[in-house]
Amino acid sequence: MRETIRFYLGDELREIRDVDPTLTLLDWLRGEERRTGTKEGCAEGDCGACTVVVGRLDPAGALCYEAVNACIRFLATLDGCRVLTVEHLKGPDGALHPVQRAMVECHGSQCGFCTPGFVMSLFALYLNEAQPDDARINDALAGNLCRCTGYAPIVQAAHRMYELGEPAGDRLADRAATAARLAALADGACLSVGSAGRRFLAPATADQLADLYAANPDATLVAGATDVGLWVTKFQRVLATVLYTGRVGELRRVIDRGDALEIGAGATYRDAAGPIAALYPDFGELIRRIGAEQVRNVGTIGGNIANGSPIGDSPPALIALGAALRLRQGTVWRTIPLEDFFIAYGQQDRQPGEFVDAVLLPKPKPGERFRVYKIAKRFDQDISAVCGAFRLRVGDDGRVEDVRIAFGGMAGIPKRARHAEAALIGQPWTEVSVRAAMAALAGDFTPLSDWRASAAYRSAVAANLLMKLYVETTDPDADTRLVGDRRLAHA
Amino acid sequence: MPDAVADAAPVPTIVGGVHSARPHDSAHKHVSGEAVYVDDIAEPAGMLHVALGLSAKAHARVLALDLTRVRAAPGVVAVVTAADVPGVNDIGCLGKGDEPLFASDRVEHVGQPLFAVAATSRDQARRAAKLADVTYAELPPVLTIAAARDGARDLVTAPMTLAVGDSAAALATAPHRIDGRLAIGGQEHFYLESQIAMAVPGEDDEVLIHVSTQHPTEVQHIVAHILRVPNGAVTVEVRRMGGGFGGKETQANLFAACAALIAKKTGRAAKLRPDRDDDFQITGKRHDFEIDYRVGFTGEGRITGVEMLFAARAGYAADLSGPVTDRALFHADNGYHYPAARLDSLPLKTNTVSNTAFRGFGGPQGMVAAERVIDEIAFALGEDPLTIRKRNLYGTTDRNLTPYHQTITDNILPELIADLEADCGYWERRAAIRAHNAGSRIMKKGLALTPVKFGISFTATHYNQAGALVHVYTDGSVQVNHGGTEMGQGLYTKVAQIVAEEFQIDITHIRPTATTTGKVPNTSATAASSGTDLNGKAAQNAARAIRDRLTAFIAERWGVDPASVRFAAGRVTAGDRSMSFPDLVRAAYMARVQLSATGFYKTPKIHWDRAAGRGTPFYYFAYGAACSEVTVDTLTGEYVVDRVDILHDCGHSLNPAIDKGQVEGGFVQGMGWLTMEELWWDAQGRLRTHAPSTYKIPACGDRPRSFNVRLLANAPNREDSIHRSKAVGEPPFMLGMSVLHALSDAVASVADHRFCPQLDAPATPERVLTTIARLRARAAAAP
Repeated sequence: MRETIRFYLGDELREIRDVDPTLTLLDWLRGEERRTGTKEGCAEGDCGACTVVVGRLDPAGALCYEAVNACIRFLATLDGCRVLTVEHLKGPDGALHPVQRAMVECHGSQCGFCTPGFVMSLFALYLNEAQPDDARINDALAGNLCRCTGYAPIVQAAHRMYELGEPAGDRLADRAATAARLAALADGACLSVGSAGRRFLAPATADQLADLYAANPDATLVAGATDVGLWVTKFQRVLATVLYTGRVGELRRVIDRGDALEIGAGATYRDAAGPIAALYPDFGELIRRIGAEQVRNVGTIGGNIANGSPIGDSPPALIALGAALRLRQGTVWRTIPLEDFFIAYGQQDRQPGEFVDAVLLPKPKPGERFRVYKIAKRFDQDISAVCGAFRLRVGDDGRVEDVRIAFGGMAGIPKRARHAEAALIGQPWTEVSVRAAMAALAGDFTPLSDWRASAAYRSAVAANLLMKLYVETTDPDADTRLVGDRRLAHA
Repeated sequence: MPDAVADAAPVPTIVGGVHSARPHDSAHKHVSGEAVYVDDIAEPAGMLHVALGLSAKAHARVLALDLTRVRAAPGVVAVVTAADVPGVNDIGCLGKGDEPLFASDRVEHVGQPLFAVAATSRDQARRAAKLADVTYAELPPVLTIAAARDGARDLVTAPMTLAVGDSAAALATAPHRIDGRLAIGGQEHFYLESQIAMAVPGEDDEVLIHVSTQHPTEVQHIVAHILRVPNGAVTVEVRRMGGGFGGKETQANLFAACAALIAKKTGRAAKLRPDRDDDFQITGKRHDFEIDYRVGFTGEGRITGVEMLFAARAGYAADLSGPVTDRALFHADNGYHYPAARLDSLPLKTNTVSNTAFRGFGGPQGMVAAERVIDEIAFALGEDPLTIRKRNLYGTTDRNLTPYHQTITDNILPELIADLEADCGYWERRAAIRAHNAGSRIMKKGLALTPVKFGISFTATHYNQAGALVHVYTDGSVQVNHGGTEMGQGLYTKVAQIVAEEFQIDITHIRPTATTTGKVPNTSATAASSGTDLNGKAAQNAARAIRDRLTAFIAERWGVDPASVRFAAGRVTAGDRSMSFPDLVRAAYMARVQLSATGFYKTPKIHWDRAAGRGTPFYYFAYGAACSEVTVDTLTGEYVVDRVDILHDCGHSLNPAIDKGQVEGGFVQGMGWLTMEELWWDAQGRLRTHAPSTYKIPACGDRPRSFNVRLLANAPNREDSIHRSKAVGEPPFMLGMSVLHALSDAVASVADHRFCPQLDAPATPERVLTTIARLRARAAAAP
């Protein structure tokens, strides 16, 4: 057990003992380091004013830099990482970084409060990609809210920054040196830090994790903390023991198992998006719209499942695709259909000390088509009012051989629409059948009215998504998509 | 973008004079994280953190407030309630006594502060604030406009009526007549920097307050009467805000007063920074409205008479609801001539947070009503809405009397609309969109061009004054201070440009300093788009006073006629004599010439008699128009904004870069208000959209996919405004109406444009889909 967290703040090594397990990176930066360039806008990972860039080694040992929200990132999770804040960007001579210069030249700031966050999201983009197009820039900036500019000048700056040349000596990106430094920190030791009787446990292997969770079944399991972070910042919950999965490289695996894709519970949306999109392009498009870049860089599909929310976006897609869930408790594994994991609102089929190990996503079979639609007030960085996922196979005779339909936002859990499925199985794939299935949906769900949508809208739009599926699978000329890659509509 | 500054500015001989596209004076600090906001100021040793204890009920008598557990919580140093207020327990901007700093015997909305607790850390203070044991006796709450109208119709302040002509007769005799109702939602400011104040106790009764406010003088007065000390004991300083938008015109009072009270009680500095969720619950928002309208019109679609009733949810207290609802009436005409009109306001009391100023200040709601009326007429007659808009525009020499009896003398909307209409290809695109929709099964496009006419001046006439203070130092560097506050709009930059222009020195020599009541007293709120008009003139007058002294001095020294002395390009020149500005200043100092001056300005010509509903409340009008094209998914109600073309009137722009930023940003904010931004209260009066997780403002990808913004060229202000520019803070906000109407147009297509969609705001995907369903049902039922 190591009892000190170690990470780099820029080029300075920080070694900290006695750290509060849920102290956020933002509070540490602003309060203890007095680095006040990083701002708090919402303390819930939705506005991006606190964006910083974190460098880490991936399980293969490669260095990656990612924009993250400092407001819901626990400091202790930075063990083995390098943190870059807006204060690091200016050169030793005081010269602005190209990202910063571009923002000034394009008039990308007005009140300036969101600006450091935008600068850091742009900086991550600058480090990782060359010449992104507008759509990619939208995605990179979707997690940063600006109330003043209307965004146009910031997007201009995102193009302009590439025209201003690299800062002298590629000072910040120095990948080889940084990778070597971080590799030197990766000791494989289990980490245990804390203060005032509270602990932050961060195992380095899955076996360590299993042992620790068995020994501490009351611990709060944390992966990306994109939800648990809010328990702390908003509800001020005191977590006695935090068990962090982010250092367990094995849990981040995304492996081709032949007939299925095995996605480790620790794989982030960013890790899993590519392999999933390769199998199911529309699922990839859904992931593009989950949270925003800062959330997808740390949030995990395993967490999205284990959290048990009725409005998590990946469960409906996974359920419609017949995914299975592998759970582990000590040295015992079991595998269940994902849909069986969700028992009722706030209740999942998970025993004390048992954790999600992986989700198994079946590969598409010939003739299967998959569509998933997310309905919200805003396309980016919003939570679904309704999320509908459909796997459909129509036989050569034009009849529905197989269909699986799952919705989020329509019940206390993500749930199959079995009446609608039954109305379609064996029927010709025609508008008449689809309308019958739309009517049958009323037997599947009694949704709630809340601030995201009324029950009436949820019901109406859920039914209409069936019609959208029908149009997309039967009328290749119909325009059905407002955002994303429109070619996916008739893929 | 076409050249925005083509209108014949002379080639500048200094860097950063007026009409140049300078970057924001703090831009380099914004991007490096070095710009200091209140929470970034180095904290004094021993500073306390303050948290507020909030009402959990919308309407209740408070039978008992037991703070034992709060006081005993870890880290707690002080707790204050209404009983601890030494002065008057009222933070209302108009002194009506209806807005206590802390509620005592009765709470009137969820989130109303009952007490404050100060602790050694913010976390401890927040935890302690949740430990109060409050015994409530609940009273029936009035939460909605409908409930208020159906009930006692309590008002928070006196309503207003504007009347011109005989509207009853006009309606009775009109060839056509339509009645209807429009609902418009409110809006959360969502300034990125939440409310914050830090108070530092001084000697005797003095206190210094750093606060994020648009109105330092009002904060000074409120703090003074809360503490029962003279105004002169309180100094309020604001370097910058992380956004304001009206949300910090009066709403900072509470936070500043609370921090000051704790600071004076404990003798320690105190800072109050609410969590974002608390900020949402505690602070007022844009008023939501229900507007009943009756319009009479001719067969050509010309309005003959209008009557409108503007029912607004004011919340539990008056705050600025009076002037806000007044301004709704002032703008219920938008750019249209009403030969006869009667406009009434109804500022209804409800058990919700007290609504307040927000960019446009009621004007947007009035203008949305005007545009709905136009839409009704267009659909009734089967005409294109743009045709009806143009037929009803004010004239330039006749048909130009407003419902408040001001004659409009600067109307440029007909030419401005014609310019935009041709430039954006309105009619060609109209035809193309109709053709597209005929062939598109699910996606329907919509197009709309809407104008803006916005009156510039505070309708409270005494607010239209400003002061400034300019110091010239002996090295030629200059400090400028004025009563306006910087919230991102570029006020400091523009004022620095104005001072640079007067002295004819590069803007790099001009240093704007933090706004403080200690330098320029008795200031007005930075609001009503007036910041540059007022403070720019005041600063110009201060700089001119110094320049005049320098001119007199050097004329005497050189023995020349003062009229021959010229300031240009960093030098003073007369005949063949020339001297650099710093040399001039040094020489003047040695000759004991005063190098500091105050400046003052008051807007001419304006007056307003509210009781009579007559006067000239506005010095001039700012104009603009926007054309928006959208695509709507008729299966889901979702939509995107495909293209927006804007032509906006900034007069002779002081800074085209900053002005363009105001236009673009204002448009997107206005679009957000009318589309995705939805405030949602539950049946207990709890705001459930209380953070960005649930309250959605436009994100990067929501901006128009094609966004063409042009400032009107060769259009100097006809009035003697600062360098003939026009105010630009609020007017572009209303350009967002074009998106609502483009959505309405797309929705109308599902019933072949036979019925006015009457699409209310915010036009969320849900509201769009509901409206589509209503129109389809109506079309199916119609013969």
